[in-house]
Amino acid sequence: MAADILTATAEELGRRIAARELTALKVTEAFLAQIERVDADVHAFLHVDAEGARAQAAAVDARLDAGEELGPLAGVPVAVKDLFCQAGVPTTAASKILEGWRPPYSSTVVQRLLDAGLVVLGKTNLDEFAMGSSTETSAYSTTRNPWDLDRIPGGSGGGSAAALAAFEAPLAIGTDTGGSIRQPGAVTGTVGVKPTYGGASRYGVIAMASSLDQPGPCARTVLDAALLHEVIAGHDPLDSTSIDAPVPPVVDAARSGDITGLRIGVVKELGGEGYEPGVELRFREAVAALEAAGAEVVEVSCPHFTYALGAYYLIMPSEVSSNMARYDAMRYGLRSGDDGTRSTEEVMNHTRAEGLGAEVKRRIIIGTYALSSGYYDAYYGSAQKVRTLIARDFDAAFDQVDVLVSPATPTTAFLVGEKLDDPLAMYKSDLCTIPSNMAGNAAGSFPCGTAPEDGMPVGLQVMAPPQADDRVYRVGAALERALAAPDAGVLTDRIASRWVEA
Amino acid sequence: MALTTDDVARLAALARIDLSASELERMAPELDIILEAVASVSEVADADVPPMSHALPLTNVFRPDVVRPGLTQEQALAAAPAAEEGRFRVPRILGEEG
Repeated sequence: MAADILTATAEELGRRIAARELTALKVTEAFLAQIERVDADVHAFLHVDAEGARAQAAAVDARLDAGEELGPLAGVPVAVKDLFCQAGVPTTAASKILEGWRPPYSSTVVQRLLDAGLVVLGKTNLDEFAMGSSTETSAYSTTRNPWDLDRIPGGSGGGSAAALAAFEAPLAIGTDTGGSIRQPGAVTGTVGVKPTYGGASRYGVIAMASSLDQPGPCARTVLDAALLHEVIAGHDPLDSTSIDAPVPPVVDAARSGDITGLRIGVVKELGGEGYEPGVELRFREAVAALEAAGAEVVEVSCPHFTYALGAYYLIMPSEVSSNMARYDAMRYGLRSGDDGTRSTEEVMNHTRAEGLGAEVKRRIIIGTYALSSGYYDAYYGSAQKVRTLIARDFDAAFDQVDVLVSPATPTTAFLVGEKLDDPLAMYKSDLCTIPSNMAGNAAGSFPCGTAPEDGMPVGLQVMAPPQADDRVYRVGAALERALAAPDAGVLTDRIASRWVEA
Repeated sequence: MALTTDDVARLAALARIDLSASELERMAPELDIILEAVASVSEVADADVPPMSHALPLTNVFRPDVVRPGLTQEQALAAAPAAEEGRFRVPRILGEEG
C-alpha cells in the first residue's frame, strides 16, 4: 500500500527493495504521487524530475533483478537542495540569476547518490543562494512548515526539511553554513546533521561562504540520516578541503545508541534570555532523558559563543561578496540590459541589480564594507580572531566532555512574514548553530518533542569534536529511543495522518 | 557609525550592483543596525589572538599534471547568454570615453 511506503523509514525501504518485496519504481511512483498531491500546499520542491527519477528507479530494479549487490539505500528516493549541481537538471539556488540554468556536470554528492542507486526525485526550495533562515528569500516560492502551514520551515534548507515532514521524500540533502541543515531540522521535527567541515565534498555545490559551507544528510530517523551520511561522505580529490581520512563509523553509532558513561556538557551560554520557555522545557527534559540513559551530564561554559553571531555576520558576508562575483552575466546565467548601449560593466551592474534579491544584495554590501580598506582590521580581522576564540572554547570544552548539547534554535518556527523585515531578528535564529560552523566540528539536530505553547517541534543540538561525527549519531539515537513512547515512532509520525492518505 | 546612502552607493558600485534610490534609502539604516550589532567582535579581539581563516589546518593539495577530460567547447558555451563563433560574446569592454 502506498501509505506504508510513504511512512516507512529509508532503511526499511532499502531492505524491502533489496529483498525484491518492493520495486524501486513502485516506491518512486508513490513519492511522485505524494508530491503531486501535497506540494501545492507545502511548496517544498522547485523542480520535480519525474522522468529522470523513473529512469533511475527502473535502472536500479534492472541491476537488482540481475542479481547485482547494491548498497543499503539502493532504490530509495531522495530530495536534493537546489544548491547542488546535477548534470542536465535545472539548478537555480532559488535565484532569478540562475533561472533555467542546467549545469554541464554533477556535484560529487549527487554523483555519489546516483552511484549508490538512490533515486533523485527533484530539487528542493531554499533561501536565495542559501542566504536566510526561513526559505522566504527564495525568488520562486515560500515553503510552508508541514506542522502548521502559516509557519516557516526554517532555512536555508526549508524545502528539504518540509519534504521530509510532509512525507514527500524519505531522505533529503542539505548544506549548512550557519545552521541551514540543523535549524530547518529542528523546526520541522526532523533529523539534520552537519558533518565535520571537509567531511562531505563541496565540489559542484554552489558556494556561499566557502570556509563554512558543508553538505550533509536530512532524514526523519537517526539511522536513516547515518546511512545517507555514509553514502555522501568521504574524501574527494575534486575538493581540496576534503578530509583524506576514513568516514567516522556513523551507522554503527546510530544502530548502537549506547551512551553509558558518555560525558555530556550543557553549554551555559546557549540558553536563558531570548530562548522560548517551551524550547527550554523540552531541552531540559531531553537532557534528563539522556542522563537516565546512562550519560554523565555537566554544565560547561563557552564564553566566546556570545560573540559568534557577530563574527559570523562579518566572515560569511565577506566570503559571500567574493563568491558572488562570479555572477557577472558573461558566461552563464542571466544577462539583462544588453541593448547595445551599455558596456560590459554596465550590463553587469544592471544584471546583478535585476537578478539578485534584497538579502543577497545586503550581504554582498556588508561583505564589501567589512573587507574595504580602513575597516578590514576592525571588522573582518576582529571576526577572524573571534573565530580562534570560539575554536579554543570548543577545545577546552572537549577536554572535559565527549559532546556538547544545546537547544538547536532559540525559538520554534515563527510565522511566515514575521521576521522578513527585521534582518537582525532573522539572523538570531542561528544563534546556537553558528559556533560549530566557525570551528568546523560535527553537529546535528534531533527532535525532542513539541513546545506546549504552540505545538511546534523543538530540536536538541549535539556538537562533537572534528571527525567524531559518530558521537553526534550515538547521542541522537539514544535520544530517539528514550523519547519514543512504546507504541510511537519518531516525532514526524505524529503528523503522518495529516499528510498521508490511509 | 551612521552609514549614509552615499556610503552604500559607493559600496554597491564596488560590488557591481545598481541600487535604486529607494533601495539605498532602505538599506543604509538596515546595514547600520547590523554593523552596530556585529561590532561587538572588536571587544574581545585582542592583539595577541591569532586570526583563523579556516577550520582545517590547510596545506596545498597537488595532483599529477596529466590531461583529463573537461567540458567540450559546446558544453561550456551551452549556458552562455550570448555566443558567437565558438566564443562568449560580451558587450563592449571600453566606455564611451575609452
